[in-house]
Amino acid sequence: MSKSNDSGRRDFLKKAVVASSVTVAPGVILHTLQAQAEPRTTPVTDKVRWGMLIDTSKCAEGCKDCVEACNKENGLDLVDKPEGASEELWERQRPHWIRQVKLKDNMTGMLTNLVMMCQHCEHPPCVDVCPTGASFKRVDGIVMVDRHICIGCRYCMMACPYKARSFIHADVAAKLTHTPRGKGCVESCNFCVHRLDNGQTTTACQDACKHQAIVFGDLKDPESPVSKALKKYPSVQIRADLKLNTGVRYTNI
Amino acid sequence: MTGKSSITLPAILVSSLWLGTVSAGEAVEGTAKADKLKSCVEPTEVMRRDHFEFIKHQRDLAVHQGIRGSKHSLAGCVDCHARKDAEGKPVPVNAEGQFCDSCHDYAAVHIDCFSCHSTVPGEK
Ligand code: HEC
Ligand code: HEC
Ligand code: HEC
Repeated sequence: MSKSNDSGRRDFLKKAVVASSVTVAPGVILHTLQAQAEPRTTPVTDKVRWGMLIDTSKCAEGCKDCVEACNKENGLDLVDKPEGASEELWERQRPHWIRQVKLKDNMTGMLTNLVMMCQHCEHPPCVDVCPTGASFKRVDGIVMVDRHICIGCRYCMMACPYKARSFIHADVAAKLTHTPRGKGCVESCNFCVHRLDNGQTTTACQDACKHQAIVFGDLKDPESPVSKALKKYPSVQIRADLKLNTGVRYTNI
Repeated sequence: MTGKSSITLPAILVSSLWLGTVSAGEAVEGTAKADKLKSCVEPTEVMRRDHFEFIKHQRDLAVHQGIRGSKHSLAGCVDCHARKDAEGKPVPVNAEGQFCDSCHDYAAVHIDCFSCHSTVPGEK
């Protein structure tokens, strides 16, 4: 793809995002939304499918804002290293709901930063392999683990093409009320489901991204910022060959 | 008898050392929100018999259907039934002798809920 073409595309997305931020108006309208947000009293429906668009060209080198916000929101920063575990082991095993991935084009040397989390597949392999039904897809498209049913077998971790799931290896001393967690279960990004169910409309990672690389919303609502951006701008699914129809899409990879 | 009191003394010393740092001290009676209310979220005799049915039903509603704000939420039980210590710090609702432990201990019921769920009222 030529340079001019590329910058044209970027301008396009910028416009799309500017347009969307009128609707979403981070910081201003969102706060009033949150103040009025009510917990839902009716079951979630399949009229909504939550999804996300990540613009890798905006994802800045060295920035960890989304990961830190996710860790804080979901209490991942409260999980301590098990006694006796080495730093190296801990880095590999500690729960990650968002991973930062660097892609390098070996021909050109071009580097791309992207964030990788549960892709909330329409046809999730983790759900297929789960022997207990703990791994499930909610009707609104969120792929989650019911930890009351999870037996910790970790088949889902093996089945996930995105390495999106983590296992809790030891007892957890401190937890937030809205994110219970304990030894022996698998977990992963759930699009901040506790926020959505309480009437909020954003995820913690999206709110934290000052580069506006993350657009979140309802894929079935043609007027939602994420649908508008997807319509205007070419995007890809990672490992599209697997035909999982991911709810998380990327631009500028 | 004498044997017992000599065990209790160091235990009190240890817990008073912890006061103000990590752990909460002795719960003070009358400090739970429930202590100021007349009734539970259902008639009290119903709760006494069936509280686990309500919580378990609520668990599935919350996780699978997204209905979290119900009066039967486990976070709600903790919020209303947890007491505070003399310094106003919440005492875990499942600590020895505390609300969710007292009957369970007596009836030899063991619940694992609090290996994951917070035992003190949460951030709001
Ligand atoms: C808004 C405050 C509140 C909430 C929330 C609440 N309770 Fe209660 N609960 C009370 C009060 C007040 C009483 C005592 C009523 C009485 O003395 O008759 C009580 C009594 C009980 C009793 C009977 C205790 C006894 O000694 O016989 C049980 C069991 C109980 N609650 C369990 C629960 C469970 C489980 C939950 C969560 C689903 C819960 N409560 C949520 C206020 C609350
Ligand atoms: C392995 C960890 C784990 C254990 C053990 C566990 N839970 Fe949960 N529970 C969770 C998680 C995680 C959620 C939140 C799921 C979500 O946000 O979608 C949850 C949510 C809930 C909810 C809805 C939220 C609320 O506060 O009302 C209820 C009710 C509940 N659990 C009840 C129970 C009961 C009762 C037990 C014990 C019999 C139990 N849980 C044991 C992990 C656990
Ligand atoms: C009035 C006494 C009493 C109080 C107070 C009480 N429980 Fe229970 N609970 C029981 C009894 C008795 C059983 C066992 C009932 C049975 O097995 O038929 C039980 C069972 C349970 C179970 C089901 C256990 C299982 O293995 O299925 C859960 C969950 C539970 N209680 C949660 C709580 C929580 C949470 C609290 C504190 C908010 C609490 N209970 C307070 C008496 C009590």
